[in-house]
Amino acid sequence: MAAPFDLKDDGVVVIIGTGAGGGVLANELAQKGISVVALEAGGRYLPEDYVNDEWESFGQLAWLDPRSTSGDWRVAKDFSGLPAWIVKAVGGTTTHWAGASLRFQPHEWKAKTTYGEVAGASLLDWPIDAEEMAPYYDKAEEKLRVTRTGDRPGLPGNNNYKVFEAGAKALGYEKVHSGNMAINSVDGDERPACQQLGFCFQGCKFGAKWSSAYTDIPRGEATGNLEVRERAHALRIEHGPDGRVNGVVYADADGNEHKQMARVVCVAGNSYESPRLLLNSASSMYPDGLANSSGQVGRNYMRHLTGSVYGIFDKPVKMWRGTTMAGIMQDEARHDPSRGFVGGYELETLSLGLPFMAAFLDPGSWGREFTTALDHYENMAGMWIVGEDMPQESNRVTLNTDLTDQFGMPVANVHYSDHENDRAMRAHAYDRGQAMYDAVGATRTLPTPPYPSTHNLGTNRMSQNASDGVVNRNGRAHDVENLFVSDGSQFTTGAAENPTLTIVALAIRQADHIAQEMNAGTL
Amino acid sequence: MSETEDKRGLTRRALLSRTIAAAGSFIIGGGFLAARDAAWATELSALQPRTMATLVQMARDIYPHDQIGDAHYVTAVKSYDAADQAEGIEAGIAELDAAAQAMGHQSYLDIGWERDRVDVLRSIEESDFFQRVRGGLVTGLYNQKAVWPVFGYEGESYSHGGYIDQGFNDIAWI
Repeated sequence: MAAPFDLKDDGVVVIIGTGAGGGVLANELAQKGISVVALEAGGRYLPEDYVNDEWESFGQLAWLDPRSTSGDWRVAKDFSGLPAWIVKAVGGTTTHWAGASLRFQPHEWKAKTTYGEVAGASLLDWPIDAEEMAPYYDKAEEKLRVTRTGDRPGLPGNNNYKVFEAGAKALGYEKVHSGNMAINSVDGDERPACQQLGFCFQGCKFGAKWSSAYTDIPRGEATGNLEVRERAHALRIEHGPDGRVNGVVYADADGNEHKQMARVVCVAGNSYESPRLLLNSASSMYPDGLANSSGQVGRNYMRHLTGSVYGIFDKPVKMWRGTTMAGIMQDEARHDPSRGFVGGYELETLSLGLPFMAAFLDPGSWGREFTTALDHYENMAGMWIVGEDMPQESNRVTLNTDLTDQFGMPVANVHYSDHENDRAMRAHAYDRGQAMYDAVGATRTLPTPPYPSTHNLGTNRMSQNASDGVVNRNGRAHDVENLFVSDGSQFTTGAAENPTLTIVALAIRQADHIAQEMNAGTL
Repeated sequence: MSETEDKRGLTRRALLSRTIAAAGSFIIGGGFLAARDAAWATELSALQPRTMATLVQMARDIYPHDQIGDAHYVTAVKSYDAADQAEGIEAGIAELDAAAQAMGHQSYLDIGWERDRVDVLRSIEESDFFQRVRGGLVTGLYNQKAVWPVFGYEGESYSHGGYIDQGFNDIAWI
């Protein structure tokens, strides 16, 4: 049967979300001849629709449905209703991401073994490893056309990168380059080479950056096996008396409820919405929520260490020109407890336009200490810290029953507090980042607090034992044999690397698994 | 003169003669606010002129950029000059003036030094009114495209094909 599919068609795989996880999984399954209905809460925006204006684009793409926050993270104070900067649209946050595409380091798949017992952290080894993931990383890098992999050259460094590179090299750092980016450095796969627009976060208007919105999604649709239902907001997953899930209830653009029957359900709504959906799907058989017999749904929320450093110089930098994430320093990504913490971090260039710089440089601050920094915006260089934060059981997504969304469903409350290891790592990263800029003549440096999260991980973590997590080594729920988690929420630990490449590799791998099981009649 | 008088015929001299603002860079007439040098002027529909003048001074003291003219601060807070906003703003400015008086000043606008005005603002910075004004300024001021050139920010490059041929890597001093 070809798309579109009937609501009563119980032979389809229903995927909730169309970003790096769901969008890739949808296409991979469709290419294998499997019928897929992808439910996407947002609308469809393509490069011609993207707006190169920060606030206008934010209004177009960002997920702005209500959420609440708690915990000691500063985001809960400064952005109490906006814990994440992620996207509600076909393609999900692959429209917004900067494109950094890094493999986990081998030891990061085995965080508990490598780091040992860390008090207060709920570290666990992934049930999979670097060797098993290597071929899927190869496929992911080909799909995304990652620079400096295969025969693809790196991107040229922009002004912001040149300052960053000079500072890093002045300190003796060696692993410094313009990144492994899912941004075309040469034309290919129907995407042009990067034109250095400077608005990677707002959706790439040239389509040089990979996004599932204009690659995997339309290619999946072209097979006739994939139907993407836009503005279809999943409300709950339902199951039969046998405990197997049998469909997804969603609200359409007019708020009317429908149920799409399903043979298999894959949840890929980001680390907030995926656990929220499972928790909102509680039933008499699953009173604590779907796939939650372990009590682990929503727990171990991770967001990467993050934080930024901006440097002000006595001459112009014009950091906004060109790719937002234009280069990386990886020497500190190693695990080296002599620095006073376990795990490591990457430093990557970052720039914000003036409007977002005003919003994020030091949220809530005012007066001349703040405005004299902005006065020298033209002379600023910027970098972002991406480090491994410790999973903690108490950092979690729960249902806030006092606050409901436009469909009357309880919203996600996101609770996060830094672990001691996180604070030690961030202090180290601020120090090194400031030293890099100082080494090339900064007159002032600004260690900037974390923004609302884009790297949202954990909350449905993968575990060997059913009691330790939510899904198994294939992303399948321990409790429900035809329910999968396909996004970053299945991350057991966060590693130091930007997560998208790993989400994509896991989705390709999961598609192989689902197809195999369906063909074998075991799913 | 009454507030309903047709303002179209007012000359700058006439305005000057009716100045009621004691300090700051404003000339205030009925329902009307203008720069001392007549560089800009704005008509008010809901707020009292002195309230607006105080609000503009407050905006500048919260996010002071000496190279940005008052007109942009007026633009940044102009949305408060609306029927559904006026009551809260009038009350907030009254609160601000009360805080100034508690520190020995006649009113907020009468304070000559920025540092003394900042002390007053610090005393109310946890208030809903202060946070509302400050929060609104983040977009109200910095999202005005007209102020971007003051900071050197060039904004979008798509309309000229990206920065690839427009200096994305032209830094020469590093």
